[in-house]
Amino acid sequence: MNQANHSQRNTIMTEEIIIAGFGGQGVLSMGKILAYAALMEGKEVSWMPSYGPEQRGGTANVTVIISDQRISSPILSRYDTAVILNQPSLDRFESCVKPGGTLIYDSYGILEPPQRKDIAVYRIDAMDTAVEMHNPKGFNMIVLGGLIKVRPLVETENVILALKKTLPERHHALIPMNEEALRRGMEVIRRME
Amino acid sequence: MEKEDILLMKGNEAIAHAAIRCGCDGYFGYPITPQSEVLETLTLEKPWETTGMVVLQAESELASINMVYGAGAAGKRAMTSSSSPGVALMQEGITYMAGAELPGLIVNVQRGGPGLGTIQPSQSDYMQATRGGGNGDYNVIVLAPASVQEMADFVDLAFELSFKYRNPAMILSDGIIGQMMEKVVLPPFKPRRTEEEITRECPWAAMGKPKNRRPNIHTSLDLDSARMEETNRHLQAKYQEIKNKEVRYEKVMCDDAEHLIVAFGSAARIALKTIELCRNQGIKVGLLRPITLWPFPTEEIARLSKQVSSILSLEINAGQMIEDIRLAVEGRVPVNHYGRMGGMVPTPEEVAEALKQTVIK
Repeated sequence: MNQANHSQRNTIMTEEIIIAGFGGQGVLSMGKILAYAALMEGKEVSWMPSYGPEQRGGTANVTVIISDQRISSPILSRYDTAVILNQPSLDRFESCVKPGGTLIYDSYGILEPPQRKDIAVYRIDAMDTAVEMHNPKGFNMIVLGGLIKVRPLVETENVILALKKTLPERHHALIPMNEEALRRGMEVIRRME
Repeated sequence: MEKEDILLMKGNEAIAHAAIRCGCDGYFGYPITPQSEVLETLTLEKPWETTGMVVLQAESELASINMVYGAGAAGKRAMTSSSSPGVALMQEGITYMAGAELPGLIVNVQRGGPGLGTIQPSQSDYMQATRGGGNGDYNVIVLAPASVQEMADFVDLAFELSFKYRNPAMILSDGIIGQMMEKVVLPPFKPRRTEEEITRECPWAAMGKPKNRRPNIHTSLDLDSARMEETNRHLQAKYQEIKNKEVRYEKVMCDDAEHLIVAFGSAARIALKTIELCRNQGIKVGLLRPITLWPFPTEEIARLSKQVSSILSLEINAGQMIEDIRLAVEGRVPVNHYGRMGGMVPTPEEVAEALKQTVIK
């Protein structure tokens, strides 16, 4: 008979994050880079994508959990932090942020901004910034920069290391552009009152 | 351990990497969501250039399982993977393997049914997996991973058990564990067995008949009923031995539990969060997670049923494992089920609500 026993542990740091937007915006890869950076800091991580028929143009989301302890459910209905990149995702996830939690949204295509007063709402004009930087593919890294600015879950250097780990070698020339986008995201995010 | 050794990957990818590392001789499969990354990863890794492992996309699931049968008959570590509708197609091959006492690994990354159903996660193949699934009196050894790490670890374990008992083994996973990424430390490399090692360790293997022994014949067919009954008695004795020796489970916070959740695989992960929510409200809940679904941890559940006042079977299906729990509990305490179907996944909050309902009752 083989068995493992686990004693009860006190709750330590756990951050439950949903990142949601259109397929093709880099939602899943942004979540992966965040998870990889946390992994390199010795954290427990889980990354659970929506894997329906949603492809480019449809909605896509990923739940990323970062914790000091063993992660329980990889699928959740309440989040500490929501990163919202389109209107359908805002409609779906605004009410799922825990009171006192954080909501970050990209204003592009958002007709009805978030209404919640019991959470910290941040706006990041990542789409506009990406266009200004002539780096449309840097969109998700701008958002990630904004996220780790307001929720310092991982060190910036580790995000860059995670990029190196997750990008295929043939794309490593793009790392400086991504790093620039990440740092720009930290500058352009702002708190909405 | 070097941090470099800790990787982030999907459960399906972990299965593929673990297969290469544990000396798997052949993978035969046919793509289907949500398990296609197994074949994709193997194709990218090209193990035929390193370990010599064969990777083949077969023309169908029927072909895949019969290739596993053939390789198993030759004493090779062979496997296939699929998702629910594909595994339904394989049942004929699996019962033939059980009848001919051939080893082999089947990975089922379950999706919702019945029929073609949905590509979203489900645990609705529990009965099919634990009752044999095909015709005849037989059982398959069923392991239920609840993490990406266990996806990696159970490949070698399944092969070991499968060869030890000359019986097909199954890893019963689902779209959640298959698609999610987590930390994983891959098992150390183990070389594929040489022909000499197979001859020594598997004297039954069909390796080409030397002059000094009778041929090794593998078949599930025997038209002599008396002999066929003897074969069945032998199989049943083997299954009893497996039940006696190979039950595996995990207990979480059971010591002071007044209520128990029994859940396997991804549902056990959801249960852990439910337990956290309940304990924050002063309800003492514990988890019994069967790791082997067959053989089932009947004795441990029976023991716990004398300690707790209610049991909730949390399954992502209409209620299948609850039958095994009730057989173990023998009416001592109420056993209720909570689950979702068709690819919907229960949230920890709704499970906590369901549990509170049963506690009030």
